[in-house]
This record gives sequence, structure tokens and C-alpha cells, in this order.
Amino acid sequence: MAEPVHASPAHDEHHHEQSFWRKYIFSTDHKVIGVQYSVTGLAFLFFGFVLMMLMRWNLAYPNEPIPLIGSLLGDNRAPGGIMLPDFYNELGAMHGTIMVFLGVVPLAVGGFGNFVMPLQLGAPDMAFPRINMISYWCLFMGGVTMFASFFLPNGAAGNGWTSYSPLADIALNGQTAWLIGMIFLITSSLLGAINFITTAIQLRAPGMTWMRLPFFCWAQIVTAFLLLLAFPPLEAAGVLQLMDRVANTSFFIPEGLVVGGEVLDRSGGGSPLLWQHLFWFLAHPEVYVLILPAMGIVAEVIANNSRKPLWGYRSMVYSLIFLGFMSFIVWAHHMFITGMGSVMSTFFQTTTMIISIPSVIILSALFISLWGGSIRYNTPMLFALGFLPMFGIGGLTGLPLGLSAADIPLHDTYYVIGHFHYVVAPGTLFALFAGVYYWFPKVTGRKMNEFLGKLHFWPSLVFMNGVFFPMMIQGLNGVSRRLADGGISYDFAGEVAGLNRMMSVSAWCLALAQIPFIINFFMSIRNGEKAGRNPWNSTTVEWLAPSPAPHGNFDQPIEVVRGPYEYSVPGSDKDYVPQAEPAST
Amino acid sequence: MMDAMFPAAASEHAGRIDNMIDAVHYLMLALFIVWGVFFVYVLMRFRASRNPKADYVGVKSKMSTYGEVAVAIAEGILLLGFSIPMWAERVDEVPPDSESTVVRVVAQQFAWNVWYPGADGEFGAQDLSLIDEATNPIGLDRDSEAGADDIWTVNQLHLPVDKAAIIHLSSKDVIHSFNLPNMRIKQDTIPGISIPVWFVPTKTTAQIREETGNPDYVYEIACAQLCGNSHYSMRGFLTVHTEEEFQAWLDEEASYLTGSDDDFFDF
Repeated sequence: MAEPVHASPAHDEHHHEQSFWRKYIFSTDHKVIGVQYSVTGLAFLFFGFVLMMLMRWNLAYPNEPIPLIGSLLGDNRAPGGIMLPDFYNELGAMHGTIMVFLGVVPLAVGGFGNFVMPLQLGAPDMAFPRINMISYWCLFMGGVTMFASFFLPNGAAGNGWTSYSPLADIALNGQTAWLIGMIFLITSSLLGAINFITTAIQLRAPGMTWMRLPFFCWAQIVTAFLLLLAFPPLEAAGVLQLMDRVANTSFFIPEGLVVGGEVLDRSGGGSPLLWQHLFWFLAHPEVYVLILPAMGIVAEVIANNSRKPLWGYRSMVYSLIFLGFMSFIVWAHHMFITGMGSVMSTFFQTTTMIISIPSVIILSALFISLWGGSIRYNTPMLFALGFLPMFGIGGLTGLPLGLSAADIPLHDTYYVIGHFHYVVAPGTLFALFAGVYYWFPKVTGRKMNEFLGKLHFWPSLVFMNGVFFPMMIQGLNGVSRRLADGGISYDFAGEVAGLNRMMSVSAWCLALAQIPFIINFFMSIRNGEKAGRNPWNSTTVEWLAPSPAPHGNFDQPIEVVRGPYEYSVPGSDKDYVPQAEPAST
Repeated sequence: MMDAMFPAAASEHAGRIDNMIDAVHYLMLALFIVWGVFFVYVLMRFRASRNPKADYVGVKSKMSTYGEVAVAIAEGILLLGFSIPMWAERVDEVPPDSESTVVRVVAQQFAWNVWYPGADGEFGAQDLSLIDEATNPIGLDRDSEAGADDIWTVNQLHLPVDKAAIIHLSSKDVIHSFNLPNMRIKQDTIPGISIPVWFVPTKTTAQIREETGNPDYVYEIACAQLCGNSHYSMRGFLTVHTEEEFQAWLDEEASYLTGSDDDFFDF
């Protein structure tokens, strides 16, 4: 382990006044970049949500014109306001892509990771500030590419966020733009991952030993390793698929394809399954990229608001590392029905069952941490607590999908959609909201409004379940995912198609439930209650910095002397002892 | 527990898969209830107004470890007792061709081409250059050795009841997924690869109609993998006959091969 560097006091006095561009646009300050990432992520989460609301119209009212905005969508997407299946597929593919790669990852990793981790480590900035800036601008370019692809003559990519070959190789839609966008996004994540790992290893304040790291930092470190090791195969695969599309290669195209009655003019010899292996080799660890930072946020908020140390911190850390490792060897459980033999399926379903154990340990530890606490029900805590049962449902519904025999009727049905949305929507997104409410004072110096926060949480909790729980019922009925008409073409699916209306109305109500958040967010920047350095009486190091923290972060030397969650220490006069507060004699 | 939700089961192995899904959901429900009861109790008992001073140590018992071990054991039982042997049966214990109905299904955007070997039990040769979407979608070479008596249909799979059916799946263009919800069968069709699935249908279409009280009930073939803009309507039909009806159906189809061309497309 390298010697941690010392944060120099009054560090920022040496900096000259920077121009607007250097300070806010091409900034190298991790906090500004973190805010850039967060705002970009939130904007894309909103955009992805809008795409989904359009899809939900067609699922609930197939072949009926979309009210109000239907006529604005153009004849190549929705002639007469009635959505074409091609456009539905575009919305589906882009909803997934945007929510994962441009919504959750930028906010959870780029945003919270960038802003919070160096502060929690007691570091003045990230290890590579310029790489940090480049990483954000790669993401921005990827986002622009993805967004602009909707305006291509044949529309955006519409082959599922998974972009399975050979469909994605031969599709006429914006798949090429999707691939170019993905290459930007992957590059961004790789640069970010290197930076996070180096920062965590090199820039911890004196005394910040590994077992004194806040759980959130551990989550970010493991996440960075996942990104660093899992994304290169997909970047390579993306380039190969791009070559298949633009240079007539056949990496993923087998011999003898006949498309629309014509023999495809390609040499062939490629393997469609190779794409799936390369894709899922990333995309399974990616699931943990979406969930681990969320667990990190929830752990911070729960320790703070139960006013007691996390229960089983060490086993949580070890579980996290084990989870990260295992996430690399479960990917083919997404591919059970591609014709897998019994040896392969035994391996992958066994690893899948094994990976559920560390998740159970972390979730149990978070539940048990509440026992004996003195629980404050503020908005961040409500969202963190909401995460626990919602992520619980998401995790549990993964079990039948991870067992290959039970997966046969459930594979590629709405059961899968319900399962992973419980993990990432009322799961990860609730955790991210908890993080926004929790760290907002550190970013702006002001707290968000509690009443509006609660008005955001409770309807969101109700409508999230209204959207996703009926999906389980549809899935058990066997309804396939990605059906543009919501299943009414099939008798067996038509029986439960009525649930689509309930889900769609819930989704639109869920949108209304975000209005208090949006108002609260913008209003509180200027008018929120002033926060001071440590509004939550928290122990971790970020709360020793001024709010908002200046360039260079700290105005005092940071020396860590104890663990991260020293709440309600017996014999102490206050119910929290900051990590870097000298021991009282 | 959840049988009411599943599509009516109509194959030999369907009941076992359903039982397994049931068993997993019992485990899930048990875990959720244990967590849920604990959670709700803790949220009320340890709210700040009732418990103003938190306890630094919290839980001292090792109950959670026992819980985690119990989960691991339950998962082990599901794996070793159910999933792994059932999967092995699906992929390794394919019955011999001589005791089965052997069919090929060639998927394409957006239809299921069903191909029977005919009276000789052998499939004819396939030639891409012969493919014509209207008259010969599978590119069957009628002049090849075994090709003259082959039968093909579009979106109409017919099988005899209580006899293993082996279906060799492939695709002409992109990946589709051959989904028979009632049979608990789902298998991707992947271009360039031929993948067999097998099952034993146990209820004829007439029987399932009687059982469900729905005179229009049909076994459907659904596409489960996004395959293009008409994926949502890539619907086929499976009709399960008695052995005699099935032979009669095959004979009728075969008669079109020698009869006038006019009848050829009247499926």
C-alpha cells in the first residue's frame, strides 16, 4: 500500500481565479465534474422515462393514436399518431440503453462516485483530474450520439438494448450510431474506472486504512474494477459489430442467411452466440455496477439515520468483494435457452446460486443494522429504507430465473422485466434519490425540503409497485417481452393484457410523483434551509469540508483516527464521533 | 400455488417445472415474510421517538448466519434435486428417433416453417438457391433422394399425443425463440445452428378444449426473442391429435403432393 498523501491546509489559496469555461464547463475539479455527471444522468433518466411512457401508451392502448403528442412524432414513427412497431422497438432499445448507460451509471458512478468518494477519502481531488474531465466529455459525446440517433432517417437503434446479432448486424435502423455512441460511453467508463481505483489506492488521507473506508467507497472501488475488467470485451465486440455493419465483415454472421427471400451477400462463418457471450460478459457485471453504488449509498444513509454503526461492516466488505469477483462468472445464465448443454448450465446456475449468498448477507446486514437504532425518518432515510424490500423483491425474483429448468417458461417474459426493474428502479433509483437528498447540502450548502421530499417518496413507492408487480403476473402467464402490442396477438397473453392499463396508468402517475422532486431540486438550490458543514450529524470525512466544498476540498488537515460509523459510542457526549476528530482525552 | 397463472400444462414434464417454480416461490415468500416482519417491527420499535438513544452494538446473536446457511442449503436442494437433473433430462435424454415424431422447424421473419420428413422418415436436401418465399420457403430440393415426399407447412405444427416429439430448430435469418407456453418449451432458434428440443404432449387439442371449457382454445407458438418489427405477431399453432388423427392429417398433406397443384396451399 502506498503512503497516503497529506491534504495541505488552505490549499485553494494558491489557485488563481479561473474563467467560467475552466471552472464550470471544462473543469478538472472532481466536484464540478461530479455535478456535471449527476445533472447529465438525471436529464437522461428523465428522457428515458419519457420514452417508456410512450411505450406504455402502445402497450395499454395498442393501435390507438397517442393523445396530444402523437401527431408531433412524424409519419415515419407514428402515422396518424398510431405508433409503428418499428418505433416501439426503437423506444424499447433506447429506453434500456439510456437508463443503464446514460442514466444510472453516470449518476451512481460518475456523479456520486466523483463527488463523494474523494471527499470521503479525505483527498483534495481525483488522482487524474484531466482524465476525469475527458471521461465526462466522452460520456457527453456518447449521450449526444444516442440522442441524435432518433433523428436519423431510419430512426434510432431498435434491436433491444442487447443488440443481438445477426438482427443488429442487418437492421436498417440507427444501430451504427448506437455502436459509435457505446464506444464513447465505454471509453468514458474505462477512463473513470482507472481514475477511481488510483484515487482510492493513492489519495486516502493519513489513517484512512482499508477497514476504515466508508462502505460507499468500497462499493465504488469494486464497481470500478468491474467496469475496468468487463467493459473491454464489449468495446471490442462493439467494434466488431460496427465492422459487420459498415465493412461487410461477418464476425457475428453465420453462413447462408436468407433475409426477406434473398440470400445475404456475406461470406458468413461468424457466430451470433459470440456476440451474446461478449455482451453478457459485460452486461452481467454491469448489473452490479448499477446495484453496488446503490448499496453503498443506502449503507451510508442507514448508518447515519439509525445513529448506530453498520452491523457486520467487515462481512459486508468481504461479501462485496466476493460479489464483484463472482459477477464475472455468471454471465451465461442470460443464455440458458440458446441451446446450452448440461455441463455449462450446471456451472452457470451453480455460480448464480452462489452469488445470491453475498447479496443476502449484505441485505441482511442492512436490515439488522436497524435493530437497536434510533431511527430518524427523514427523506434520504425513507428512500434508503424503501430500497431494502424493493431490492429484496428484485433479488428474490432472480432465483427462479437463475435455475435453468425454472427459467424455461420464464425466460424472455415479463417476469424478467419485472425482476430487473425491481432491482434497478425502486431499488437503485430509490438509493440514488436517497443519495441526492443526503448529499445535496454538501453540493449546494442547502438542504432540500422535507415535505416535498415525502410527497416524492410515498407516491413513488406506490406507483413503482403499480408498474412492476403486475409484470410478474404477466410473466408467469408466459407473456413475452418486447411485444409492441402488449401481447394481444396471442390468446394466452391476451388473458392478462388488461393489466397493461393498470401498469401504464401507474407509470404516468409515477411521472407526476416526480414533480415534487423537480420543484424541490431547483427551489432548494437557492432557497433551501442553510446546511452548514454537517447537517446530518454524520461521521464520515466529507462532512468536515465546508458546504459547498471549495477547490481542494478541505480547509483543515485530515487525519483519520477511527472507523467510519462511530455513532452512539458509549460514554461519548454526542451521538456521533467524526472519523477525523482527534480522540478526546 | 401459482398454477392458476400458468398457461394450461399439456406436456409430460410441464408439471415438474411448474412444481419447481412453485417451490422456489415458497422459498422466496418465506424469505420475504421473515425479512418483512423483522423490518416492520424494527421500524416501529426503534423509531427515534420511542428509542431516543441508539445501541452501539445492536444485534449480538448469530441468527442471521443460520438464516444465510439455510438459504444456501435450500438453493443447493433446488439445484441438485430439481434444476440440474431436469435440465439434463431436457438436453441429454433425447429419445431415439425411432420412437419419436421428428420435425424440423425453420424460423424466419416472421413465420415458423414446419418441415416433416414424409413417409420415408428422411429429410430431403436443402438448397438456398431454391428458396422462394411463396412456393418453397425452406429451399427444399424435391429432386433430392429423400425430398420428394417431404411435407412442409407454415405456422401449423401438428403432433400426435403421448409420443415424444423431437423438433430440430433453426433459423433462416435472425435469432427467434420457439416458445410453446403450454408445453413449457422454449428454445432460441439460431441461424447457422440446428438445436433439438423434445417433449411429450399429453393432451390433445380436443382434450384441452374440454378441460378449459373453451371450444376455441389453441396451443400457440410464440416468438420469445426480438426478431424485428413484426416480432409481436409471429404466431404459430400447435395441434395435438390422437395417433390416428395425426396419421390422417399426414396422409391428407401427402395427398396434396401428388394431387393437383391447386390444393397445395390449402392448409
